[in-house]
This record gives sequence, C-alpha cells and structure tokens, in this order.
Amino acid sequence: MVFFWAFVIGGLICVIGQIMFDVFKLSPAHTLTILVISGAILDGFGLYEPLIDFAGAGATVPITSFGNSLVHGALAEAEKHGLIGVVTGMFEVTSAGISAAIIFGVLGAILFKPKA
Amino acid sequence: MADQKNKAKQYQSFEDKRETKRPILLNCVKAFLVGGFICLIGQVITTFYIYYFDFTEQTAGNPTTATLIFITMILTGFGLYNRLGQFAGAGSAVPVTGFGNAVISAAMEHRTEGFILGVGTNMFKLAGPVIVYGVFAAFVIALIKTIFLQLGGL
Repeated sequence: MVFFWAFVIGGLICVIGQIMFDVFKLSPAHTLTILVISGAILDGFGLYEPLIDFAGAGATVPITSFGNSLVHGALAEAEKHGLIGVVTGMFEVTSAGISAAIIFGVLGAILFKPKA
Repeated sequence: MADQKNKAKQYQSFEDKRETKRPILLNCVKAFLVGGFICLIGQVITTFYIYYFDFTEQTAGNPTTATLIFITMILTGFGLYNRLGQFAGAGSAVPVTGFGNAVISAAMEHRTEGFILGVGTNMFKLAGPVIVYGVFAAFVIALIKTIFLQLGGL
C-alpha cells in the first residue's frame, strides 16, 4: 500500500510544482526554493513526519523533504546542546543529498562529455 | 522603421497566442505521472535498504537519496534526464533527482572552463538558492521552536 501512496503523494507534490510553473509563471529556482521552505515550515509544526509515515518515499523524494530534514537535524541537536545545536545539527540528516550531489557532480564532469 | 514595429507587433500577438495555449491540465498530468513514478522507484529503493541493510523507515531516506542522485548522474551524463525534463516539467524537477540533475548538469556544462573555475564555481549555480534559503528558513524555524520549547511552551 505504501507504494501506491508514494506514487500518489509524490505525484501530487510535483503537480503543485507544475502549477507554480504554469499558473504563477515562476522560474524553476523560485518554485524549488518555495517548496523547500514549505517543507521546513511544515516540519516546524510537526506535520511532515506524519506525511513520511503515510507516504514513504512519496514524501522523502520530493525536494520538500530537504527542508524537513534541515529543520529535523537542527532540532535534534538543539535538544541535546541547546541553541548552538541549531547551527551544528543543520546538515546532520541532509548530508546524503548534498554529499551525493557534489560527489556525483564532480564524477559526472570527469566521466561524461556535455552534449552540444 | 514602421515595418519593424509591425513585425514586433506581429511577433507579440504570435507570442501571446502561444502563451495562452499552455496546456496546464496536460502538463499537470505528465508531472503527476513522472513525479509519482520517480517516487515509486524511490520507495522500491527504500524498501530494499530496509530489508537488506538494516535501515529503519526513518533513516532509509538518506541512502535512497544518494542512490537516486547516482542514477541521475548516469541519466544526465547520457543526456536522458534533460529530455525527460522537457516532457515532465515539474515531475522531474521537484523530486531530489531534479536537484541532482541541476548540480550535475551544471558541473558537466562548465567543465571546459576547468575543474576549479568551471566545475567548482558553477556546480551550485542552479541548485544554490535551494540550499541557501532552505538552510536559512530551517535556521529561523528551528531557532523559534527551540526558544519556544525552552520557555516551556507546548
């Protein structure tokens, strides 16, 4: 069942993005930035975690989960170390996405020739 | 001169005609199907990590992200992801693979300018705003919530 909801919720988040492209005529960069901030705000109210429990990858794969993970890491560290934890814990959970993007970005530049 | 103006006008009306024809519903269906499919693949990978590598449902998102970005590198390298993007719009831009694609294609594109000034400088040209404002928003939100909790609220 989680496969079905992953498809539906993931698809719906993409539809929200498409509406921001087409109806509000936002650039991809604006759209993605707004989505990330939305994910962060949702997690601030504790609403993103239930969505992950419900939809699995449908909630973790869209870029909104990046905002969620940032807030999550920051809050987890803040619980242990107080306010400074907000800064030190920020990338705790998001490490995979950014590290992978950098590593495979450099690898991609080494391995592939850009298409004209 | 008048001829030029006329042409500009003609072009403007032509452009408007094209603009209003944007098939929003069709685009949304495409975005839904492709975005949903990418998340479905993500769910398959997540399930794989939970069963074979002892991740929990909460932690399996991380290796899934890394794996998806790896797949994106291969697809971007062969120029397939950009073609998918033309078809799917937000369906391929919103999932984390779109983030990966933005980084990887920028890195590849600027390789001719060298690895330091080309690849290194331009890698986050497209994906930068997402990280910058994601981090800043997360900082503000986490700060407010932490102070709120420490004051004994909730």
